[in-house]
Amino acid sequence: MNALSPADLLDLFSRFLMLSLLSVGGAISTAPEMHRFLVEQHGWLDDVGFTTSIAIAQAAPGPNLLFVAVLGYQVFGLTGAAAALIGMLLPSTLVTLAISRWGHARRDTPGVRAFVHGLAPMTISLLMAAGTVVAMPLVQAPEHRIGSLALILTTVVAMLLWRVSPIWLIAAGALIGALGLV
Amino acid sequence: MTDSDDSSHAGRPAPRSLTELFVTFTLLALQGFGGVLAVAHRSLVEQKRWLTREEFVELLSLSQLLPGANIVNMSLIVGDRSFGWRGALAALSGMMLVPLVVMLSLVAVYNHFSDHSAVAGALRGMAAVAAGLTLGMGLKLAASLRGNPLGWVLAAALGVATFVLIAVVRAPLMWVVPGLGLIGWALARWRLARREGA
Repeated sequence: MNALSPADLLDLFSRFLMLSLLSVGGAISTAPEMHRFLVEQHGWLDDVGFTTSIAIAQAAPGPNLLFVAVLGYQVFGLTGAAAALIGMLLPSTLVTLAISRWGHARRDTPGVRAFVHGLAPMTISLLMAAGTVVAMPLVQAPEHRIGSLALILTTVVAMLLWRVSPIWLIAAGALIGALGLV
Repeated sequence: MTDSDDSSHAGRPAPRSLTELFVTFTLLALQGFGGVLAVAHRSLVEQKRWLTREEFVELLSLSQLLPGANIVNMSLIVGDRSFGWRGALAALSGMMLVPLVVMLSLVAVYNHFSDHSAVAGALRGMAAVAAGLTLGMGLKLAASLRGNPLGWVLAAALGVATFVLIAVVRAPLMWVVPGLGLIGWALARWRLARREGA
């Protein structure tokens, strides 16, 4: 953790304000820019610290966006976490509320109805792609291939057949993994 | 798949209070290991029934296009449509506050356990389940495409193009979403105009 200078903190906050507006496709899509800023430009964090922050945030409960707070925390402690997270949330929140209200007020117009129907196939397919991208590194490791594939397929089947809460499936996955079965 | 197919708004369950919004989003965020979307789908569509499957897809489409995390944008919109900006704030802080405390505590203990092989195995198991949950949710939501004015050929073509570009070619989301989104929008607009007999 670094010594806190108000100028540095302001620098961090304003940079994340800007990244917020660029974060189409989620905060993670701006991770390369954050790496450039925090690691390469300022040296506030090293490579390992940067990667670990993202890995922890993805394994922990809650939105993956919270990795932003972990990065801020590792650089400037709690103040850094607040500056990074608020910076990352504020602009995108205002844009989202403005556009959502604008669209909702016009939801019966052809333009907005075409938006709802025309984007649905892409949105659903993005979910399938996201699932595949997460599954790939597991399936590509030869020693984990069969166990991982079996666990993924079992989860899909369980989800389609029963209304079981995802938390139980995740817990089962953690247990099976901890026992060395995948 | 008979759950919440009707799109009528009358008599639909809705959040009753700011507290209910806050608690609902806190609970669903805390269950979201490796992504909150699958839990949000189960909680908002299948349990609370605040959203139909179609509305869930619609909010997700919008959230994809807008800057910010999808699930954060979705919580903002759900909150805003019930109680205005106070609802948006309640849903957003539900999604963030308690998970943030949990996460920063985890950062503090992580280093002690990071080299245990059981921890690495558990993370791998959780990642496999998270992948399965996302794929399963995609399959469930695909059923909502029935009745889409695009028709199944165009819908499937858009779906396959998206999948290939993102999962195979690894094209940046920042180009794929606006690009294919615009094509989908134009096609749907054309189909709607034709169906309604211009």
